[in-house]
Formats: sequence, structure tokens, C-alpha cells
Amino acid sequence: MNKLKIIALLLLNSFLCIIVKAQEKGGEGLMRSNGKIFVVMAVVVTILIGLFIYLATVDRKITKLEQEK
Amino acid sequence: MIRQRWWKILSFLLLLYTCIYGFYVKVPRLDDRMQESIRNFFFHVPMWFGMMILLFVSVWYSVKYLRNPTIQNDANAAAFAATGTVFGMLGLFTGAIWANYQWGSPWSGDPKQNGAAIAMLIYLAYFVLRGSITDDVKKARIGAVYNVFAFFMLFPTLWILPRLTESLHPGGQGSEGNPGINGKDMDTHMRTVFYPAVLGWTLLGVWISTIKTRYTLLAYKKLMHE
Repeated sequence: MNKLKIIALLLLNSFLCIIVKAQEKGGEGLMRSNGKIFVVMAVVVTILIGLFIYLATVDRKITKLEQEK
Repeated sequence: MIRQRWWKILSFLLLLYTCIYGFYVKVPRLDDRMQESIRNFFFHVPMWFGMMILLFVSVWYSVKYLRNPTIQNDANAAAFAATGTVFGMLGLFTGAIWANYQWGSPWSGDPKQNGAAIAMLIYLAYFVLRGSITDDVKKARIGAVYNVFAFFMLFPTLWILPRLTESLHPGGQGSEGNPGINGKDMDTHMRTVFYPAVLGWTLLGVWISTIKTRYTLLAYKKLMHE
């Protein structure tokens, strides 16, 4: 189950990279516009997704512990 | 309600929206002194809104504990106070970063900065107090009483005193009203990001607090079994 999710995320990530690359071929892409502010956005979104995945895992672990008793 | 999943997903979606649209949304240029740093409004200010809400929930559980002393009420009060304090600390640090580039130095002794720092110290004392009492019942009861005091100290330190003097924060001239919801500081575009951001960050804080409470209760149960 977890492996599937990691694979799905990796696929999603590579897909996004392809989109970004495709846009950048035409010179000034989205990621390089506005003083590269969207690079910051990508970093923030990545951190956010990572944090929520971590929090969901901790939540699931605690639920498992609670059900054991 | 607490165990349900929908509000956790809602929190994620709202924050994803904030972190994506927060960079796209058109912000007012004004006289260009803020430039793009006004977007910090979607990240720095919700920390304080979230902190107020989390600390209110904490004091709610403390009062509940004083009326009905159960381990659940005490665990909830402590967990929400801890998350609220973390939010406040993050608010202080992000504010210092922003201030460094906007006001010229990370700490300029602004009345709101000082007030927030005092409020944080009062809450840190709450954890020192709890940590220093070994008897669980005494710890919970004295903690609950102190928490009520700490919550009501928030109002003078964050809401009243900074408005009586000149401040670098918006709303600092004494008569401008609430700096967060003041009509002059935000236009309608910014509002469409700001309010979802407040809700999203607050729900994230609630989620972290509930996990902390559940952990405390599990540890307590384990202790009882031994």
C-alpha cells in the first residue's frame, strides 16, 4: 500500500517535471518568470505535501495503537 | 468528529490552495514599498490567528477540567497550548525574517513584537510549571488555573498595549482598528486567499494537537496497565 503511494508520487513528480520542461523549451517558462518566484512555490508545495504525508502516517500509527488495546 | 478524515483533507486542500494561489494572486502595488513581500500575509498572519484559536481551545479545556477533572480534558488543554505556542513562535520567527527586509532589522522593539514575545514567555512558563510538578492531579489543576491567567494575559500583550503606542505594524497609529481584518490592508483578491489560509493553518494545528492528545492518553493507559 505504502509502496504504491510512493510510486504514484514519483510518477506525479516526473510528470510535473516534464510539464515544466516542456514549458521552458519556449524560452522564458513559467518557472523562470517573475524572478523565479514559482521555484519558491514549488519548494513550499513540496514541503507541505511531505509534512502532510508524515502527519497522516503518524495519525495512522496512533490509530493502530489505540485499536490494539 | 475528531477521528473523521474530512477536515484533515480539507486542511490539506486549503493549504495547497494557499501555497499555490498565494503566489499567483494579484496583490496591490500601493507605493511599491512592500513589493511581493505582502504575500507573507498568507503565511505569517495566519500563524497568529491560528495561535489565538488554538490557545482559546486550550483554555476552554482547562475550564472544562476545573469543572470536571478528567485526564482527557487535561491532555487536550496541554496539547492545544503546546501547538498554539509553536504557532506563536513560528509567528515571531517569520515576523523577524519579514521585518529584517521591511523595517531594516529583525527586532526593532516594536510594541507588537515585544508584546508577542512576552505572551510567548508567559506560555513557556506554563510548560515549566507543568514540568516541575510530579503529582499528576496537582499538575493538571495548577496548570489549568495558570492557563486561564495566561490566556487573559494575551489580550493586553497582543491586542491592547501595542495599539496604545506607535507601532510599525499596520494599525499602529492607535485608531486604525484590527490590523488583520482592516479594510485598508487587504483587497478582495487577497481576501480570497487569506481566509482559507487562516482556516487551513488552524485545522493543521488542531490535527497536530489531537495527535498529541491521543499520544498522551495512550502513554497514560500504558502506565496504568503496568
